[in-house]
Parts: sequence; C-alpha cells; structure tokens
Amino acid sequence: MTSLTIIRRIKARPEILFDLLVTADGISQWWGPDAGPVLLSESDPRAGGHYRLKFRTLSGVDCETTGEFLEVTRPERVRMTWRWVGDTDASLIEMVLRPIPEGTALTFTQSRLPDDATARGHEKGWNGSLDKLEALFR
Amino acid sequence: MTQAERLDRTFAVLSDATRRAILARLEREDGLSVSELARPHAIKLPAIMKHLDVLDDAGLIARSKEGRTVTVRLQPKPMREAMDWLRRYERFWNTSLDRLTALAETREAELRKAGK
Repeated sequence: MTSLTIIRRIKARPEILFDLLVTADGISQWWGPDAGPVLLSESDPRAGGHYRLKFRTLSGVDCETTGEFLEVTRPERVRMTWRWVGDTDASLIEMVLRPIPEGTALTFTQSRLPDDATARGHEKGWNGSLDKLEALFR
Repeated sequence: MTQAERLDRTFAVLSDATRRAILARLEREDGLSVSELARPHAIKLPAIMKHLDVLDDAGLIARSKEGRTVTVRLQPKPMREAMDWLRRYERFWNTSLDRLTALAETREAELRKAGK
C-alpha cells in the first residue's frame, strides 16, 4: 500500500513513449480515467519545472492535478511529484523506460513523498486494517 | 449519507482489533450464532454484543433471529466500497496506462509506415 508499481511492455520505442509522458500535449492525451475533455494542459519538462493538467471526466467531474519534475532524463527516466489540487496528500511518481526487442518496458511507480510524515503515519495506521480487509476478499 | 461519510464510518469501525477479528471469522464461517462468535474471544458476551451493534449500525453485518438463536452474516457492500477507495490510484493509473499504450503503439506504427 505504501507504493504502487505497474509494469507494461509497450510496442513503441522509448523516445515516442517518453515524449507522451512529459509534454503538455502528451500528458493531456492519456492521464485520466476516460476520454473526457482536457480543459488545460501545461508542462515544463525539466528538473524544477512544473506541470498542470485539468480535465473533465465523461461523468462531468472536473479534476486538476499538478506537480514538479524532479528528474527528466530522455528517454530513460522521469521523476516527479503529483497531487490532486485540493488534496493534501502528495505522491512521488517515477517512470523508468527500458528498451526491449518489441519496444519498451515501462515501470511506473507511485509512492508517498518521503518527507510527508503525517501521511506516512496515516498509512501505517491503515496498513494493518488493509491486510485484514484484503484477507476478507481473498 | 454521502460516500465520504460511509467511508469514515467503515474505517472507524475497522480501527478496532476485536471487530476486525469478528469480521475475519465471519469471512471463514459465515452465519455463526452470537454465542459461537463469542467463544474464542477472551471477552464477555455483552461486550461482543456491543461490537455487533456497532458492526450492524455500519452495515457490515446483518443479524437474523431464528427461534432462540441469533445468526450473524457478513454484508460485503461497505467493505467493497472501502477497498475501492484504497485502490483508487491503482484503477486511475491502470486506465491511464491503457490509453498511453494505445497512443504510443499507434504512433510507432505510423512512424514505421513512413519508413522511420
């Protein structure tokens, strides 16, 4: 629960994927739960640069997400902070691209920000409950 | 009651070890009687009854009376809702990465067609 990792093998070269991961045009096309309209997309993909994306889901809910790029190494690795506007919890997102014969292996990881002690405290409190919760659905 | 209020209530109810133990036991053996439920716990029946009231109020269990026996059953809905909340990021990113994959693979195919 403290981190989420998703690995995808994608039939596209790392450069194509990388630009979709960090550019305003790229981000606006895939972030979000559905193909609802993008209201605003800004990105300054370099260490210290910020991004902002506002979209409306097909069910009509407006969502805004923002963060700062910590590392932008084309076409290998991106590290950035990520949070919903209006939410106090911030996350760290890391995306690592590795070339494979059929294209790219993308490893996506979302974790808690290390300095977010309060959030970590909450997380700790829930972890025990979560284990039990999960046991109930096994 | 809003979804946020229901989640507050579910997580508050789950913050007690005895109540979690009761739920875990019911998950293995659904439909136990109150006295059967009380047996492995080192606490008195009235205390168990109190916990069952809390679980019942939060919609996590349902009690039914057959003769002199009260049977307790799990009600999965609030727990599912809590799990969905905990898994919200996983859902969000999996859906997003599906779209990313489709997009990148289309671009790659276009580039190859153009001989690049």
